[in-house]
Amino acid sequence: MPKRFASIWFRHLLTDQKAIRQPGLKGKAYVFAEPDHGRMLITALTGEARKYGVTEGMTVADARVIAPDLQVFDGKPGRNLKLLTALAEWCLRYTPSVQLDPPDGLLLDVTGCTHLKGGEKAYLREIVSRLKTIGYDVRPGIADTIGAAWGVARCAASGLVVPPGGHRNALMPLPPSALRLSMDQLLKLRNLGLHQISSFIHMPDTVIRRRFGKSMVLRLHQALGQEPEYLFPLKEPVPYSERLECLEPVKTRPAIEIALHSLLEKLCRRLHGEGLGLRAAVLTWYRVDGKNGHIAIGTNHASNRVQHLFRLFFIKLDSIAPGLGIELFTLDALKTEPISDKQSELWSAKGGADSEEVAELLDRVAGRIGNAPIHRYLPGEHYWPERTPQPDSSLRKAPESEWRTDKPRPMQLLETPEPITAMALTPDYPPKLFTWKGVQHIIVAADGPERIEREWWLEPGEHRDYYIAEDEAGRRYWLFRSGHYNTENNQHWYLHGFFA
Amino acid sequence: MEARKQEILDKLRRDLLSWEGFKPPQPGENDHFGLGPLEAAFPNGIFPTGAIHEFISLCPEDTAASGGFIAGLVKRLLQNGGACIWISYTRRIYPPALKLFGVDPDCVIFIDVPLQKDVLWVTEEALKCDGVATVICETKELSFTESQRLQLAVEKSHVTGFVLRKDTRKINTTACVTRWQVRPVRSQLRPGMPGVGHPRWRVELLKVRNGKPGNWTVEWKKQRFQTIMAPSIQEPARRYA
Repeated sequence: MPKRFASIWFRHLLTDQKAIRQPGLKGKAYVFAEPDHGRMLITALTGEARKYGVTEGMTVADARVIAPDLQVFDGKPGRNLKLLTALAEWCLRYTPSVQLDPPDGLLLDVTGCTHLKGGEKAYLREIVSRLKTIGYDVRPGIADTIGAAWGVARCAASGLVVPPGGHRNALMPLPPSALRLSMDQLLKLRNLGLHQISSFIHMPDTVIRRRFGKSMVLRLHQALGQEPEYLFPLKEPVPYSERLECLEPVKTRPAIEIALHSLLEKLCRRLHGEGLGLRAAVLTWYRVDGKNGHIAIGTNHASNRVQHLFRLFFIKLDSIAPGLGIELFTLDALKTEPISDKQSELWSAKGGADSEEVAELLDRVAGRIGNAPIHRYLPGEHYWPERTPQPDSSLRKAPESEWRTDKPRPMQLLETPEPITAMALTPDYPPKLFTWKGVQHIIVAADGPERIEREWWLEPGEHRDYYIAEDEAGRRYWLFRSGHYNTENNQHWYLHGFFA
Repeated sequence: MEARKQEILDKLRRDLLSWEGFKPPQPGENDHFGLGPLEAAFPNGIFPTGAIHEFISLCPEDTAASGGFIAGLVKRLLQNGGACIWISYTRRIYPPALKLFGVDPDCVIFIDVPLQKDVLWVTEEALKCDGVATVICETKELSFTESQRLQLAVEKSHVTGFVLRKDTRKINTTACVTRWQVRPVRSQLRPGMPGVGHPRWRVELLKVRNGKPGNWTVEWKKQRFQTIMAPSIQEPARRYA
């Protein structure tokens, strides 16, 4: 398919934006100025200011002399880029690949997009009229090459839509400034009396290169389509993406739910056909006032079940603020994975912890409270009690070793052992009594000690001697003494857990 | 005449139970939980699955005992497959200990909810899920309305839920099918042996719908529950001079 490109030129980008913000400025002569070497230089100006003879690069003092009622505002460097990015995002509704063309333009790859609006003319007319309603004065152009579209948009008096294959003829009557050349190349061309592209387009490349430099040959070839030129789109197109344009802006909750549901259905049907499932997705909405937002979901297992994905989005649907209405929804599948076959799972009535229902449940939980609080433990090969259960994020990994059952372990384990005062009569004997939180417990039965050495290759410190102690009421505790028994009264006893 | 009246009453009672969702025991199915004499307290003599059980615990020692008792029940529930989800706000449960009660710790998914108010939301979602066999929820308070929601959720999905209420201030009315209180009691070894014996609890069934409350002493021994019928006479430990 032959490529078609559109270039949109914002003639007064910054000043138009100012007039949108302050409607009182419409039709007035005003400029933006930035300091440069101690002077204020004009960087952007309105058409009215231009009528006085003011131009870009003039100092403000000079301009004030020829235009007494000129208003001057402080310009901010980089402002046009920010503005262009926002406008490019707005243009995503017309084509998926848009590139910024600083200082004051956008480049669109419109291949295969124009028929949706009823032809290239109607397509351009819609863009221009909608931007005009917002308040921007633009000139568009469509051609086979980026260079030709750029030149036509800026320099052609008429014929903004160049028919396929007609870009060479369209370029002929245009001035050399339609070729994206540098200022000194343009001056040189003017001094030589070459006022039209037709007057030097037939010159051999060697001549042009010798006189005007390599870049001019490149620009000429790019405009004629002899040298490939590519767009670097603002947003990388996602392979699995669906969009829904609303005939009327929607703002009610049921309407948003319907839109989401139909998008998910389309996307899931496509994924299902290719044996894929979704791991991460983003729903983006575009409001009529130019604002947009998104909600993202993630799943533990690849899934293409509409009902499940809808419920994941449903949890977060409250964060959509429709304002005056939403006109466009897009749903992008950021991450897809092949779906594992379900044959084996069909045989068991209820799967284990890795069944699909459980995975979907965990997705919903993670959607609300995040993925961090969900734990599963595998036996870790450590003696140190805190490290014995090893957290594991996947649901499917089978344990590599057995859980140990030869040593009793408490049902409840305190995260940090709590210091207690204990009294032990003889070394290596369990304590006779201990006090925890001001309550004295007299120990009537005990087991131990079980010495657990610290894993010195992981952290330094004393070993622990653990005792299982039962008090008079039958409550069972896990106590330990940190370090060796010594006769001085400075032993450290701790309570670490409760037995069932 | 009198016998006939009794017959009608019995039939009506059975019908009421089935209308409330308690199935009579199916022949050939082993529905017993190995709780022994304790099971006589339940309607139809079967531990009610697909219901919410409430456990009251007043101190961490009780929580540990309740945890052990629940783990013993979970072992039986997981035999039919399905997942076990343990939801808590401040978790202290030590996964390796579950193995001592016959539950594989790697089959249990722990959700440590960072906010107290989300605990019941997560619990309800889990109870509605079909692939889940049992859900254990550790929470502080449970209002009547909240318990109703949980009970309604399990009546549809037939998941068995355990609500472990830690450090409860006020014991309010709930819609749960049973209410338990499990407290540790002194363990016993063979006379004369030193050390700590098998886990032994005082299990009080404070409330049970369509059943008879009561209390028992239960021990976890050889991977199953054993009810200690009569308190055996404590022999004084032999002392040697």
